Amino acid sequence: MSFANHLPTRRELLIGSGALFAWSQMPKLARAEGRDPRLLVIILRGALDGLGAVAPVGDPDWISLRGERALVLDGKTPALPLDSFFALNPAMPNLHRLYKSQQALIVHATATPYRERSHFDGQDVLESGIAKPGAIGSGWLNRSLAALESGGRVDPRGSRALGVGAVTPLVVRGSAPVMSWVPQKLLSASEDTQNRLLDLYQHTDPKLAAVLQARMKLASLGGPAGMGDPMSEDPTLMPPGIARVRAYFAEAAGTAARYLARPDGPRVGAMGFVGWDTHIAEGAASGQLFNLLGALDGALASIETNMGEAWHDTVVAVVTEFGRTARINGTEGTDHGTGTVAFLTGGALKGGRVIADWPGLKPAQLFEDRDLKPTTDLRAVLKGLLRDHLRVEDTVLASTVFPDSADVAPMSGLVGSG
Amino acid sequence: MVDRTGLVRWFGWLTYRAPAMSNSTKAEAVLALHRFGMGPRPGSIAAIEADPRAALIAELDRPLRLADAASLPSSAKAYRTVADANAKRAARAKQEAKKQQMAAAPVMADGQDASQGNNQTRKPGQTQGQGQGAETAEMAAKKAADAVPDPGRPIYLEEAKVRTEAALAAEIGFAERLVWFWSNHFCISANKIQSMSGAYEREAIRPHVLGRFNDLLQAAESHPAMLFYLDNLGSMGANSIAGINRSRGLNENFAREIMELHTLGVRSGYTQDDVISFANVLTGWTLIPPGNDPERGGEFSFNPRLHEPGGQTVLGKLYDQEGVEQGRAVLRDLAAHPATATHVATKLARHFIAETPPPSLVEQMAKTFRETDGDLKEVAKTMVSAPEAWSEPPSKLKRPGEWVVGMVRATGITQADPTRFTGGQELLGEALWRPPAPKGYPDDEASWIDGVGRRLDIANNFAERVAGQADPQDIIETVFASTVSPEVKQAVNRAESRQQALALLFMSADFQRR
Repeated sequence: MSFANHLPTRRELLIGSGALFAWSQMPKLARAEGRDPRLLVIILRGALDGLGAVAPVGDPDWISLRGERALVLDGKTPALPLDSFFALNPAMPNLHRLYKSQQALIVHATATPYRERSHFDGQDVLESGIAKPGAIGSGWLNRSLAALESGGRVDPRGSRALGVGAVTPLVVRGSAPVMSWVPQKLLSASEDTQNRLLDLYQHTDPKLAAVLQARMKLASLGGPAGMGDPMSEDPTLMPPGIARVRAYFAEAAGTAARYLARPDGPRVGAMGFVGWDTHIAEGAASGQLFNLLGALDGALASIETNMGEAWHDTVVAVVTEFGRTARINGTEGTDHGTGTVAFLTGGALKGGRVIADWPGLKPAQLFEDRDLKPTTDLRAVLKGLLRDHLRVEDTVLASTVFPDSADVAPMSGLVGSG
Repeated sequence: MVDRTGLVRWFGWLTYRAPAMSNSTKAEAVLALHRFGMGPRPGSIAAIEADPRAALIAELDRPLRLADAASLPSSAKAYRTVADANAKRAARAKQEAKKQQMAAAPVMADGQDASQGNNQTRKPGQTQGQGQGAETAEMAAKKAADAVPDPGRPIYLEEAKVRTEAALAAEIGFAERLVWFWSNHFCISANKIQSMSGAYEREAIRPHVLGRFNDLLQAAESHPAMLFYLDNLGSMGANSIAGINRSRGLNENFAREIMELHTLGVRSGYTQDDVISFANVLTGWTLIPPGNDPERGGEFSFNPRLHEPGGQTVLGKLYDQEGVEQGRAVLRDLAAHPATATHVATKLARHFIAETPPPSLVEQMAKTFRETDGDLKEVAKTMVSAPEAWSEPPSKLKRPGEWVVGMVRATGITQADPTRFTGGQELLGEALWRPPAPKGYPDDEASWIDGVGRRLDIANNFAERVAGQADPQDIIETVFASTVSPEVKQAVNRAESRQQALALLFMSADFQRR
């Protein structure tokens, strides 16, 4: 809930969104090529374990690194082969299908220039496009839009980007105005948040711990929100557990896609999904991470469906602030790390590839002997997309979109039009 | 009084928050804000840490301002507005029903061809057709009535906004907490009388919470909203003029609740005869029907035609005053009764200090009450001046309203969206001005602790909304002056996002208990 007048209410957002559909906004250069590109950026907040999502099954050190937690091709839930070296988490059949049809691409061992391990600062760097964290009011996606010349009718209200969620993600904030859409249903606190709170209560307040534990137990029983569920009287909340997360991801992403698909709709959008900070019982093959990746996979599927014809002109970039430790920690999870993966999908991609300058997994090859070493600057990937998909100029990319990134060349050949 | 767990937690709390002298005044400032106020907001700890107790007392000495209250209608005006709208609705419905009846008349007479249009299944001579016609007419009438907007809810929301923003703007919020306390003590319900619910608090409660209990009592019991809520409007003496003419009589509800809930307290020695006598005393306390008087409709009036004539004996004392004075006199004596002093002191201490407050503290407060002729400001001062008020561990779970306001205050937000706010309150089981019974919302932990799960959803959602502008580290360092426990700091530091960090902070025992 918000109680502030200066925060737009959901109704205002919806009215605002409706009013904004009367214009069309197309990057001019791309338009001249007969394309009408769409770009949707999905931020996974909490730091995705890249190795748990896309496993280097061909690396001789892989099994010894993760032991029985390692995703393998002949595991109980076999990983989905991508090439002779990498395999995708089995929770993501949709992404796998898209990959097989050259509409998805994975960049591995990638990271932003941020090398510390604070989520907040890491997300700041990821979204702002500035190498150092700090109070920055704008994001790289907004700044690249501000630099684009419009090829369509002039937007009477000047709005161009779509932010999904109650708070506009930093990546789309900035001088180019943003329209926002908030999913109708509330996503209740994630399982991860509940676990952390429970842990906090167990150390500070046994009574509150007991109450929270009872609630979580109830939710874990699953099924429809029924008798005794403290949430059941509230129609705006979805059923408990992972089903709720899955439904929320699909609704949020699917609706964003519907907006982006409209001929008179926005052309770029951004949204964030939380819950990826898997310190305890990560469960890549069957637990927490498996479930979240499944929900993400469902979100990607609903984007593809709802984009319709526009899917051919679409790139979805799924990125996270940093990766996680290469080794499993003492609580069967992983701690904050560095190198990770980025998922790119969409009909506009030249997909079917895993792009990686593989650093190896031997202790000496790990970053600080703990994390997957980043060998690809994520900014190169993003700059490549912005240049070849939206046609943002090189000089603009190096100066205002990703300042101080002149030595990071845009990655070529990611999209068909490149 | 303090169980084993409580003690352990208390010592832990001392260690965490008071390792050094400067931190202990900070800790006292934080306790003052949580326990007696609306929670810390940016700058509030610095403002009061020099002497938190003196700051609490100083706030009581300042006038209780309510911004924007001038634009709000009086209770009588609000009541008339809703009554007028209701009358209009009824008229529109009647009009539409008549219209439908006229249109339906030929159908009844000649069902065969009139059925072509809308009643495909109806055959001539079937009575069911008439039923359907009546149903359509009823629906049309309801539709016509619903076309007249209900002014009650907008008034309620505007009142909620002004009240909430007063809580957000207060430096400490001790006086506002007293308003909330007394409003709940003398509660009415907007489910029954929505139009007046906010104005009641402004008119009857707010002006007197730092004055004398007798004035507060007289204002609350003679307020039309209270008379409406506790069914006294039509209560009449058996021997009153109206009682004889209409063969109707007494309603004991109002008298009983005044003695049981508002003054003496349950099982404090009054009898059923006292209730009946007192109810007789209160006959005639009613309001001016809005239809009769477009200028003053909805205001309090004493109607002598309803009043039971003659003297009445209440608690062994004969009251033979005339008219409204008789009731005023009983209320005066109830306000001065020692049982009332104890009842009020206990309830205050239970609300602010501990579920089972130290008897010594209750006695000090009751003593002040008795010795100052029920001066509520002095009682409040006695409470915050007593060492027990500060030595009790922070074991009380904040009520939903305090907790939500505290959360918003911590982020520095000062404006309230009343729809969201009242919606959230309702979800948490403490709908504003809508307690389930005249007893008001409870003050014990058992009533609220199971709602902690819902608080998490509210906190999570609020955190999502403010994560763009509220920095959890900054809130810990500047708003809470780093007084939160190391466990909370660690949880915030390790959170996966600002949203999660804020949700954990607001859900922490440090923030929910006081």
